[in-house]
Amino acid sequence: MKIVILGCGRVGGTLATQLDEAGHTVSVIDKSSDSFQRLNPKFKGDRIVGNGVDEEVLRRAGLEDADAFAAVTNGDNRNIMASQIAKEIFHTQKVICRIYDPLREQTYRELGLETICPTQVITNMVSNALIGTRPATTPNKN
Amino acid sequence: MYIIVGGGGDVGYYLTRYLLQQGHETLLLEKETGRFQTLEEELGQSVLRGDACEARTMEEAGARRADVVIAVTGEDEDNLVICQTAKKRFNVSRTIARLNNPKHEELFQKLGIDVTVSPTKSILSLIESELPGQRFVLLMNLKRAGLEIAQITVSSLSPVVGKALNQINLPRSSNLALVIRDDKPIVPSGDIVIQANDEIYALVNREGEEELRNTFGTA
Repeated sequence: MKIVILGCGRVGGTLATQLDEAGHTVSVIDKSSDSFQRLNPKFKGDRIVGNGVDEEVLRRAGLEDADAFAAVTNGDNRNIMASQIAKEIFHTQKVICRIYDPLREQTYRELGLETICPTQVITNMVSNALIGTRPATTPNKN
Repeated sequence: MYIIVGGGGDVGYYLTRYLLQQGHETLLLEKETGRFQTLEEELGQSVLRGDACEARTMEEAGARRADVVIAVTGEDEDNLVICQTAKKRFNVSRTIARLNNPKHEELFQKLGIDVTVSPTKSILSLIESELPGQRFVLLMNLKRAGLEIAQITVSSLSPVVGKALNQINLPRSSNLALVIRDDKPIVPSGDIVIQANDEIYALVNREGEEELRNTFGTA
C-alpha cells in the first residue's frame, strides 16, 4: 500500500518506520526536518518538509495516488483540516485522523471522519488497569 | 443579532468594536490569558476567555442562540474547526471564516462554511492594481452573484482600439460597467469607441474571464 503520514512525532515516526519495514511505500510530512531523526535510519520512504494543510505539500508527498492517509500531528485542528483535504480533494480511500479533544472527536466522527481519540483510549485503558472494568461512557450534554 | 467572534487578534478586536457600535450583541473569544486581559480592559463583558475551537467554550458563549459565528484567528485550520463546530454542534445558521491562504477557499466552501474572506487575496489584488504595467486586475469577487469585477487598462496594441463597443465580441456573461478616460468616468453605450489607455471596469463570471482577457489582448 502507498501511505502518506502527516506528522513525524513519536506516533508518526514509529508508524512510518513500522509500515516501511512491513514493505509499504510510505511518505512522511513534518513542518520541521529535525523530526525526521525519529525515523529509523534505514527508512526508505520520502521525507517532506512542509505545512500539512497545504494542498501542494500533500501533492508532493504523493497523496494523489496514495491508498491511505493518517494525520497524527499534535494539533487537532491541523489533523482535522488535512484529513478533510485528503477526503474531499484527493478522494483518498482510507483517512485516519487523530483528535485529542473528545468533544471535537465526537463532532468529526459524526461528520464522517474516521477518528481516533487517544485521550479516550488511554483513559479507558488506565481505568481498566485500575479497577478492572471499563467505566460506562457518560453521555456528554454537549 | 447575536454574533460570536473567535480569535482576539487585531482583526477580531476591531471587528468586535465595530459590531458593538452597530448595535449588535457581540461576544469575542480569546484563549490566551495575557491577550484576554488586554482585551477585557477595553471590551469588558463583551470578551470571554476560552478557545473558540472547544465545544465547551462555545456552549458557555451561548452558541446555540448565536445568529452568526465569525472565525478570524491567524490559522486557517482553527477557523475551519470553529465554523464547522458552530454549524454541526450548535446549528448556527451563518458562519464566516477568515482565510489566510486564499487557496483554501474552495475547500471551505465544500465543507459548508457559508462565507470566506481572504485578506491576503484582497491585499494582493490591491497591490497588483497599483503596479505599473498590469493590464488586467481582478478587483473583487461578488460570490453570491458568481461575478468578478475586473479592471482592464487598454494597451495601444490591443485589438479593440478604434472599435466601437457594439463591434466587439464580448463574452456573453460580461458587462462593461464603466470607462475612465482622461480621469473622467463614462458610462459606456454601444457606440463608444475604445481608445488606448482607457481604463475599463467590467463585470464578468469565472468562465468569461479568459475570453475577456483575449478580447482586450491582456491575456
